[in-house]
Amino acid sequence: MSDISAGAEATEPKRAKSSLTVQGAQTKRRNAAEKRFRVYGMAAIAMGLFFLVVLAVSIIRSGLPAFTQTVVSVEFTITQEEFDTAEATLFKTRAYADYFNTALVAKLEQRGLQIDFDEAAAERIMGKAGGTIREFYRANTDKIGTPVKFELSASSRVDGYFKGRVQREGFVDSRFLMLGDLDLIDALVDADIIKQTFNWNFVTGADSGVDNPGGAGIGASVIGSFFMMLVVLVLSLPIGVGASIYLEEFAPKNRFTDLIEVNISNLAAVPSIVFGILGLSVFIQFMHLPQSAPLVGGLVLTLMTLPTIIISTRASLQAVPPSIRDAALGVGASKMQAVFHHVLPLAAPGILTGTIIGLAQALGETAPLLLIGMVGFVARGYPEGFIQGFTEPNSAMPAQIYTWAARADAGFYEKAWGGIIILLIFLLSMNIIAIILRRRFERRW
Amino acid sequence: MPLIWLVIATSMIAAAGYVLGRQRALAGVGGQLRNLHSLPSYYGSNVFLKVVVPAFGLLIVWLLVQPFVIDRLVSQTIPATEVSEGSSMGLVMSEVRRTADGINNAVALGAMPREMAEGGRVDFNNFTKYLKDAGQIVTNDLTQTIVGAAQRYNVLRSNGNLMMTIAVILVALAGLGWAVRETNPEFRARNVVEQGVRGLLIASASIAIFTTIGIVLSLVFNTMEFFRLYPASEFFFLLEWAPSFSGRGGASSLGVLPLLWGTLYISIVALLVAVPIGLFSAIYLSEYASPRARSFAKPLLEILAGIPTIVYGLFALLTVGPLLVSVFGEGGLLGVSWQGGGRAVITAGLVMGIMLIPFVSSLSDDIINAVPQAMRDGSYGLGATQSETIRQVVLPAALPGIVGAILLAASRAIGETMIVVLGAGAAARLSLNPFEAMTTVTAKIVSQLTGDSDFASPEALVAFALGITLFVITLGLNVFALYIVRKYREQYD
Repeated sequence: MSDISAGAEATEPKRAKSSLTVQGAQTKRRNAAEKRFRVYGMAAIAMGLFFLVVLAVSIIRSGLPAFTQTVVSVEFTITQEEFDTAEATLFKTRAYADYFNTALVAKLEQRGLQIDFDEAAAERIMGKAGGTIREFYRANTDKIGTPVKFELSASSRVDGYFKGRVQREGFVDSRFLMLGDLDLIDALVDADIIKQTFNWNFVTGADSGVDNPGGAGIGASVIGSFFMMLVVLVLSLPIGVGASIYLEEFAPKNRFTDLIEVNISNLAAVPSIVFGILGLSVFIQFMHLPQSAPLVGGLVLTLMTLPTIIISTRASLQAVPPSIRDAALGVGASKMQAVFHHVLPLAAPGILTGTIIGLAQALGETAPLLLIGMVGFVARGYPEGFIQGFTEPNSAMPAQIYTWAARADAGFYEKAWGGIIILLIFLLSMNIIAIILRRRFERRW
Repeated sequence: MPLIWLVIATSMIAAAGYVLGRQRALAGVGGQLRNLHSLPSYYGSNVFLKVVVPAFGLLIVWLLVQPFVIDRLVSQTIPATEVSEGSSMGLVMSEVRRTADGINNAVALGAMPREMAEGGRVDFNNFTKYLKDAGQIVTNDLTQTIVGAAQRYNVLRSNGNLMMTIAVILVALAGLGWAVRETNPEFRARNVVEQGVRGLLIASASIAIFTTIGIVLSLVFNTMEFFRLYPASEFFFLLEWAPSFSGRGGASSLGVLPLLWGTLYISIVALLVAVPIGLFSAIYLSEYASPRARSFAKPLLEILAGIPTIVYGLFALLTVGPLLVSVFGEGGLLGVSWQGGGRAVITAGLVMGIMLIPFVSSLSDDIINAVPQAMRDGSYGLGATQSETIRQVVLPAALPGIVGAILLAASRAIGETMIVVLGAGAAARLSLNPFEAMTTVTAKIVSQLTGDSDFASPEALVAFALGITLFVITLGLNVFALYIVRKYREQYD
């Protein structure tokens, strides 16, 4: 020992003096590299979070306008006499529109506003108002003679003027909207006749045609998604839990079990579009199930969700300690009783959480739905009944969003973003429920 | 809806069976529970299972088989001369099915008298008029033969449904009778029920196998059909993708290579975004971050993985695409006009990269955490700084696992559909310019199958060949990645 240290001391003087308090060049370089490396890491995380923020901001900023709509609101009275005259004329809706315009002008004059106002401009601003009014009075004849407040949704361009899609600069007159109309609109806003309200129709309504972005709603496709999720839940929960119980508790180690295991892990990685192909050729071509029906969508999504549910169920079954099984077997329960009476209830919260997360995944899945025809279909209304909810063609939330995004009219983009907000609200609440369940019932053994 | 009533009826028989079996067992021992082999509920369950399983099994099989049998029977009645040039028996049969449904709807709406719906020969003009009144679409292809076939189809279908109802109820009752008869105090009901439940568990575990078989069969059969119409060598080696539109005839060029190139290129761009960000995030989170920062940043990053792909698709189409055009496009910030439109390789790649960040980061995170602390301590002991330890000890040790994680991310990128459908464009190109629109295998599967091309044409069938290509590539990547990850995990276990 001492020899070696002596030798080391002998070579010492040749090296440059180093001090613990002053960093050498190499140390500085190494410390700088260390710092750089740390910064890279932080930058990467910052970048990831930045993308998340950009995504969130663009969803909210572009989607919120879908929840407001521009309405023209006028209160006026129609007398029995006027009603009869209107019904007697050839252009009945025109007659009603005239009443409406007269009421509008009267209202403006009452406030001391004198505005050039012609029928064509009114039609450009609020579309064909006559039809709506006529329908209302024909359905509610008892309302004739009493003042009724009409809130008619303004046309898509007018809506766009309020939301910044249509601007005064570079405005080109068209048959849809003239520059002069914008002045009229501003005046009507001052008179509190045109205003913005919450767009309930978007939340509860059904899809409209390709030329009417203002009337499009996501309600019908929410119902479609609901029926699909019902199918997924009813099929994938029992099948998934059954498969997991078998694989985790009963399966002997043999080739058949291995085959199942390999299949499940591979199915978890198969691209979703391939499940769409499966659904198209097996459920629609082969079994002739109705196209675009939530039933078919639900079946396809069930097959997609199964691996997720099986994997999480197996994890929660594994988490139940073997002593529980041993105790049950020890007091004379059969294997089946031990599993169904003791292990399964203890694993239930975990299974439930996994199922909810699986459902949330299935809810947002779009690609397979494109192939089974949920996109070509315009969901114009709610299903007529419970059974029809499964078998009648309908749309689903993600498919509806895709349909809107693929349409030419830019008015639909806003609806697509609004649809995404609704979809994300559903996903978020499902995930929050899953987290609460996990927090509340999770057991640490 | 007769089917739902059938299900309800069978369930009610089963419920009655449960009560009956339980009571019979109890009556057999005069209420002395200890003289029974099993608990009374097991005798009930035995009856229940023996009613439900065969009856519903038969129901499902019948529902699957009946359409085939009817199709076969009806198509025999259609003479071959009726199948016109350029058409096929399948098309004629779908016309027949549509007409049959139309007749049913028309009768249900009261637009068509029942005799006409069922009668043999009908006045043709009246018939189509009734159908149209009921809001059915009537094409010119409707002929007397098809109407006859449709009527026959309806008759067979209603007969079949009746027979099915009777058969299912009979089977349910037979199961009930059998199970109730065998119920006596010595009967080992628990063992039998447990065997039955075990069988059901095995059946549900086998669904995974059936799904795989279903996928493979549906892909293979349709692909074979495609290769019968279109040469396989051209599909695999042709450098051009130009499907002709249906009905127009003309030759389509359906080479897969431009699509594969588009897929690969977009995936590479995505990985160029996702791998550095994901990997550095994982390193920082597992090696540097305080527990608090970790518990905050990790779930936030993982939100990116939980967002549905349609959202990313829309983000690419409406936000990122226009943004990139305003930077790289004509009159953009950089003054270069590289990018013509919002849909481009770089748009889709960038957005897909954002989606993949959490995949790379959480998988790598797990793998980095699995590297034993002793290896780090050894490196620190030798005087290495933390970053040197990471670069020279931890990462090499974790490398196979990280490669596996990247391969898994790549397989996701290749199979991703919505982002490329909305963000990448529709034109197939063999080009190196990332600012150009290109298309991918998945996007073309969607467009070929959702277009209006005839289902038996090569233009539609090519989607299945594309599907099988995609399936094989992603499966291969996954198996390889899992093999690497598993092999690596074993090292430190």
